[in-house]
Amino acid sequence: MGVDIKVERLNAWFGKNQALHEITMDILPNHATAIIGPSGCGKSTFVRCLNRMHETHPDARAEGRVRVSDMDVYGDGVAPVDVRRRIGMVFQKPNPFPSMSIYDNVSAGLRLNGFRNRKKLDVIVEKSLRSAALWDEVKDDLKKKSGASLSGGQQQRLCIARALAVEPDVLLMDEPASALDPISTSKIEDLIFELKANYTVVIVTHNMQQAARVAEFTAFFLLGKLIEFDKTEKIFTTPADKRTEDYITGRFG
Amino acid sequence: MSEIVPALQWHRRVTDKLATAIAVACVLLVMLPLAAIFAYLVFRGIGALNLAFFTQIPRPVGETGGGMANAIVGSIVILLIGSLIGVPLGVGSGVYLSEYSRGQFGRLVRFTADVLNGVPSIVIGIAVYALLVLRQKHFSALSGGVALEIMMIPTITRSTEEMLRLVPSSIREAALGLGIPQWRSTLSITLRTAMSGIVTGVMLAFARVSGETAPLLFTAFGNQFWSTRLDQPIAALPLQIFVYAISPFEEWHRLAWGGALVLIVLIVLTSASVRWVASRGFVEGSR
Amino acid sequence: MSAVQPQQPMGSAGNPETLGQRLRVVPRRSSTPSRVADVTFKALVWVCAACVLAIVGFILMQLIQGSWLSLRQFGWKFFTGSDWDPVNGNFGAVPFIYGTLLSSLVALIIAVPLSLGVAVFITEMCPRSLRGILSYLTELLAAIPSVIYGLWAIFVLIPLLRTKVEPALGSTLGWTGLFTGPIYGVGMLTAGMILAIMIIPIISSITREVLVAVPHQQREAALALGATRWEMIRMGVLRNARAGIFGAIILGLGRALGETMAVTMVIGNRAEIAKSLFAPGYTMASVIANEFSEATDDLYLSALIEIGLALFIVTIVVNVIAQFLIWTVTRGTPRRASV
Repeated sequence: MGVDIKVERLNAWFGKNQALHEITMDILPNHATAIIGPSGCGKSTFVRCLNRMHETHPDARAEGRVRVSDMDVYGDGVAPVDVRRRIGMVFQKPNPFPSMSIYDNVSAGLRLNGFRNRKKLDVIVEKSLRSAALWDEVKDDLKKKSGASLSGGQQQRLCIARALAVEPDVLLMDEPASALDPISTSKIEDLIFELKANYTVVIVTHNMQQAARVAEFTAFFLLGKLIEFDKTEKIFTTPADKRTEDYITGRFG
Repeated sequence: MSEIVPALQWHRRVTDKLATAIAVACVLLVMLPLAAIFAYLVFRGIGALNLAFFTQIPRPVGETGGGMANAIVGSIVILLIGSLIGVPLGVGSGVYLSEYSRGQFGRLVRFTADVLNGVPSIVIGIAVYALLVLRQKHFSALSGGVALEIMMIPTITRSTEEMLRLVPSSIREAALGLGIPQWRSTLSITLRTAMSGIVTGVMLAFARVSGETAPLLFTAFGNQFWSTRLDQPIAALPLQIFVYAISPFEEWHRLAWGGALVLIVLIVLTSASVRWVASRGFVEGSR
Repeated sequence: MSAVQPQQPMGSAGNPETLGQRLRVVPRRSSTPSRVADVTFKALVWVCAACVLAIVGFILMQLIQGSWLSLRQFGWKFFTGSDWDPVNGNFGAVPFIYGTLLSSLVALIIAVPLSLGVAVFITEMCPRSLRGILSYLTELLAAIPSVIYGLWAIFVLIPLLRTKVEPALGSTLGWTGLFTGPIYGVGMLTAGMILAIMIIPIISSITREVLVAVPHQQREAALALGATRWEMIRMGVLRNARAGIFGAIILGLGRALGETMAVTMVIGNRAEIAKSLFAPGYTMASVIANEFSEATDDLYLSALIEIGLALFIVTIVVNVIAQFLIWTVTRGTPRRASV
């Protein structure tokens, strides 16, 4: 089951440039929340702060409170490694490990955590690949083909399977379909629909139609600030803020 | 649900810290001989450096004093001979590879230059010996210069090519667009723009080659006396260091350390000044 | 034609007759001398490039010519015979091949872990401010000439090994058979150690290039799964760079095989095959360096040149393999001109 995410006054910097200003929002469990906004508005930065990937960048800093269920992500004594294990991430450009087979790719996160039991691994790998709608296409080549030998859309689903294998509470997706063709994109969108039932999904997208198709809630970011956060339907039909309306109608961005 | 994966085990954390510790240890271990070598060079070498060292030739065995003046001059002579042939050939090849070559021949030349780079210097010495020394029936400064020049060429070729490639094609197109013939544009504009980078490459080649001993063993051969004649054996700093180091005489050991200090200072100064020039944004013309 | 206003030449009264008249300073068509110059220039630089090929060809030719006598006399037995007897005109190269391989092997065993550790530290673990200094210092090791390594080894390393290290090794690990026999200070172990110091900069700087060439997304993928830093390095970086690292090691091997001066000064120069690392030995490069000027008869000289030929071919093959392996990882990313 998914969990909720409470963000309180999150600020983030790249060196001296402040990328996020006082972001506060509650993300509901078992729903998909889309983050939209023009380039440079901080949507990727926001999502990367949720699983503490932001700070892997040199000179990057974040302050504020992020609670994922019972875990205080930025709390004292909380290791980023623990956070990232419980929050999965799928990146814009599919990045399977090229030197590993499909099987090894999916089980990578599990093996890192000391899971060695072959039988259990087999079960989880199959389950993850099914959840990512990739099982039927690769089930005969699990150990023979390398992760990089698949098509772009398949690679991205492989990355989703890899993220799901460790059974995270939350799945973060940073423009997961922007590097893919339309058919793969629609497959990924269908996937998100199904994943919602078991996970909390936060998806960054620059494609407003995608947000409308996939997410129940949408947050509009502009220049590092959260402008509006509401049900997707409301944002796209009767936005409360004029800036949201301008963006939606294409007046800028 | 997340109980399926246990929280970060203690031993993973320890492995992570251990890996860092081992990496740091490796760095320290590698820095150790570096520090030791420089320390000894200064410590043992500085005592040998006096006016006599830079102005006199070695005294006969058993006498104290004397210097390595002939070796220092000899090295300069050989380097000059080498660069007279090596620099034009190297820069010319670099120009060809960057401006004119397409396809197979260029790839072959590049590959061969890399191959030549990896050939042991003593093998080059043998080849030059067979070509020049055997025919002339004596060792000579000229053959030493030829051996060094062979070693310089791959470095100069590759660095010239890379510097020229950095010159934006818009500059070349501007020149051609003005109706300037290609040879003129290459010489006066492209080459001129990349000049400081090319000079950098040449000086680095110098620094690398000035310390080479093996190719000089049977070409320049070494000389205990003053000589700058091209057709006679000539002393060279690294060669002299070698001969003195393996000799049984205390006095010569002292001179060897002095010579080594002089050599390393020259090399480090050359590389450092080259790096300093490079860091100031060397390809100054290509704005 | 352009709609540009005709400009008044400076200082002249622009009366209507002179305006519109072209000065014809720059000829319209490129003149024949200029085309000849173009062709000449191109030919000139082509010759320079061809010289690179010519040089390698010439080296090969001289080596083959010089070793012809020995090749004819001994054939393949040259590389299987272990008897190096200038007095009786019997030449077998096995002791030198053995010495070269063993000293290089010892060097690799010491150098590879250290170089990898340094490379990983500099690229993945080190604070950015230290990166420049550390990489500069490592490359400084590469700038030290071979003869200075030898000098330092003779007066510092050898006494240290002879008085402290080798006795300690002998008493603790002597049972392996690798650390037995009389302790001279000079010998295979010393040669291996000094070679190791000399090849560390090459292996580590190429490894660094290869590690940097691994795309950032791979590191992120590992981190996002909850990997620790070391696990991220292991899974996201080293695994991807395997071929390139291997290439860097082979490049180091190539350098070690041909290294002459420092080895000659510390290996003891004795043409024997012994199991112990304390024993003096001889490498292909150092026998040439030592005995070339003393080679009195033609066969002797020819045998030495044949060793040079073998060294030439082996180092070329090794370097080509190394370059290929490195290329598979860094393909696309331009290489720096290495010092």
